[in-house]
Amino acid sequence: MAETTHAHAEHDDHDHKPHGWRRWVFATNHKDIGTMYLVFSCIMFFTGGLFAMTIRAELFKPGLQIVDAGVFNSLTTMHGLVMIFGAIMPAWVGLANWMIPIQIGAPDMALPRLNNLSFWILPFAFVLLLSSWLVPGSAPAGGWTMYPPLTLQLGASFPMLIFAIHMMGISSILGAINVVVTIMNLRAPGMTLMRMPLFVWTWLITAFLLIAVMPVLAGAVTMMLTDHFFGTSFFNAAGGGDPVMFQHIFWFFGHPEVYIMILPGFGVISEIIPAFSRKPLFGYEAMVYATASIAFLSFIVWAHHMFTVGLPLSALLFFMFATMLIAVPTGVKVFNWTATMWRGSLSFEPPMLFSLAFLFLFTIGGFSGLMLALVPADFQYQDTYFVVAHFHYVLVSGSAFAIMAAVYYWLPKWVGRMYDMRLATWHFWLSAIFFNVLFFPQHFLGLAGMPRRIPDYAVQFADWNMVSSIGGFVFGLSQLLFPYIIWKCVRSGKRVEGTRAWEGARGLEWELPSPAPYHSWTTPPTEAMIARGAEH
Amino acid sequence: MASNAHAPDSQHYYVPHGSPWPIVAAIALFTLMWGAVAYLDNWGGAWVFLPGPLLLLFMFGGWFHTVIGENQLGIYNTQVDRSFRMGMLWFIFSEVMFFGAFFGALFYARVLAVPWLGGAGARGLTNLILWPKYEAAWPTNGPGHVGGDSFQAMSAYGIAAINTLILLTSGLTVTIAHHALRAGNRGRLKLFLALTFVLGFCFVALQGHEYYDAYTKLNLRLTTGIYGSTFFMLTGFHGLHVTIGAIMLLVVWLRVLRGHFTPRQHFAFEAVSWYWHFVDVVWLGLFVFVYWL
Repeated sequence: MAETTHAHAEHDDHDHKPHGWRRWVFATNHKDIGTMYLVFSCIMFFTGGLFAMTIRAELFKPGLQIVDAGVFNSLTTMHGLVMIFGAIMPAWVGLANWMIPIQIGAPDMALPRLNNLSFWILPFAFVLLLSSWLVPGSAPAGGWTMYPPLTLQLGASFPMLIFAIHMMGISSILGAINVVVTIMNLRAPGMTLMRMPLFVWTWLITAFLLIAVMPVLAGAVTMMLTDHFFGTSFFNAAGGGDPVMFQHIFWFFGHPEVYIMILPGFGVISEIIPAFSRKPLFGYEAMVYATASIAFLSFIVWAHHMFTVGLPLSALLFFMFATMLIAVPTGVKVFNWTATMWRGSLSFEPPMLFSLAFLFLFTIGGFSGLMLALVPADFQYQDTYFVVAHFHYVLVSGSAFAIMAAVYYWLPKWVGRMYDMRLATWHFWLSAIFFNVLFFPQHFLGLAGMPRRIPDYAVQFADWNMVSSIGGFVFGLSQLLFPYIIWKCVRSGKRVEGTRAWEGARGLEWELPSPAPYHSWTTPPTEAMIARGAEH
Repeated sequence: MASNAHAPDSQHYYVPHGSPWPIVAAIALFTLMWGAVAYLDNWGGAWVFLPGPLLLLFMFGGWFHTVIGENQLGIYNTQVDRSFRMGMLWFIFSEVMFFGAFFGALFYARVLAVPWLGGAGARGLTNLILWPKYEAAWPTNGPGHVGGDSFQAMSAYGIAAINTLILLTSGLTVTIAHHALRAGNRGRLKLFLALTFVLGFCFVALQGHEYYDAYTKLNLRLTTGIYGSTFFMLTGFHGLHVTIGAIMLLVVWLRVLRGHFTPRQHFAFEAVSWYWHFVDVVWLGLFVFVYWL
């Protein structure tokens, strides 16, 4: 019987690697699709980065020098949309594609063709979104949050924005369904839920959030569409609707969305810190429960984004306290990462450096978030640069640094070669230092009252804006090192010997040869392999 | 022994070979969206919208043809079957959340927005300054009487009640069909599955009639303020789902006629019947909150 199966497998279509364009366009291999996601994310990261550089150039000094106010508004809007939906989310899905099957001992994702579709929708969605720069009235300019009535007043770009969001949503939902099904159905025998690596756990919870909230966003933008073109009154007070209602529906999506972008990062950090501390993760189970608690809380805190729109007092109080509760499970995580390093045998390779920067800087973002959660304080901070500083601390030094940590951690496994560690260390220090030069002064600007989303500002804000812009240019330029380091590694990196690229690394991915074979775990891993990976 | 090579077992993982259909689907979706943009932005006549749906239909036909063919060859093992089931359940969950957004809008409008416009709570000033004569009530088309001065709300006791009966009955018939399939009673399966999709299409036809009445007799339109918006968007999206569900039931019925499905393996049948129950449950929500209360 076993022989029959084996013979069958050998002449199956999928056992040889397809060549040429078909390999990518018709791809069903999780590694190929993961690679495409990551390359796409990288392109979008630099596209969104270009918008950011233009924004910082305009804000280098007071007055209007480079772009007019309308283009500036388009730049901030498109920067947000491209970075969130084009850079960060696809990067996480790419990492999920690459790592989840090999971390749970599965041969591939559960629904490989759906996986292909999830990816290929994305480039088309961004062609649609980015080509809005060319239509009359230029790109969307009402902010990435798309609040009515402002966004309803967009020109020809309005339906492009709505339908691009629909496409990104479909892609995310299908991708998330695939992740959940893969984890629930394709775990190798012996890989119980509580033995799964934390990256898998955090992605399982993230995928649940995605399936729950992306359709809500689709509903919100559909109401926008019908309000604009078909005369409905969802967000029109004269007809009995309410523009604030959009904000409620949007942030019911939007708040879980920010956890969608950070939870897989928590997973990555929970893999890397133990590996470079040469100790098992402290409090594995607590980490799982903390992640689940954060996901649950993310559904009941949305109105903290709208404290100043005139909510009833009872709502202000509820959302303030619910928001502050999130600090508890997040604190558990930060404590556990710190405790993991306690008396560990630490070394500071690039993945660990990025993880440590994550730990410090994400925590700063968490604290400024706690400040923003206080209703009376938020009345002052709302729509200032303090908010901009806050969410860049959690999204750039949080999500983006975690993505870079993940790439530096797993790249040797993907390509079987080691990257230039010295150059990557340079990349780290330039990023970590100039990230702070870029965003830390924005706290001061915000507290001093500089509003966000403006192309020109009072002269009193000039000095810190110039500092911030300089930080921005150096941070932006130093990111060019990242694709260069990867390209150099793929082309001519030193070959990695054996299965483990890092001596402290644990998990099923490190039981596979480097580079990981095109089809891995076509026969399930042994109990011993699983047990080695699940020492906690 | 040939079937043994494909036997459902946990020793052999099944990974499908590459397929052109996903990329066709992505292109179809892109064409559909571009068509909608071009149509709404007035870049061409109504025909610009046409290629998208056609391409989408072609894709669905082709993709399902491939998958049904592979399924009939028996190359999907029980693990693949389980993946399909889970995928369908999570897809339905995402659909529930989509409807949730519109139900949320309905509840928000009825419980908060409209009373506030009428001066409730701390919102007295809005009413006093902007619309001093407006008294909050439901149904409403708002203080601005958007969509006309007077309109009538849709009654729960006309077509809506009949449609509730139809849909609940169809939930029963699809379950009877399912039991018949598992018992190997193909005759009863064919009959009750046919009844199910006929009931489904009846529902859609009656809803069309209801819409016609709303537009011609009740002066109730999509543009009739928040009541018209929530009424037509909720019932419209639901009706669209009933239509899709009924078409899927029809396809499954045609497959039954061709002898597809066994008492043990019939994923497509189960997926469609889950979908049908989901549509049923959403309708109960609609009946209670849109028509009745």
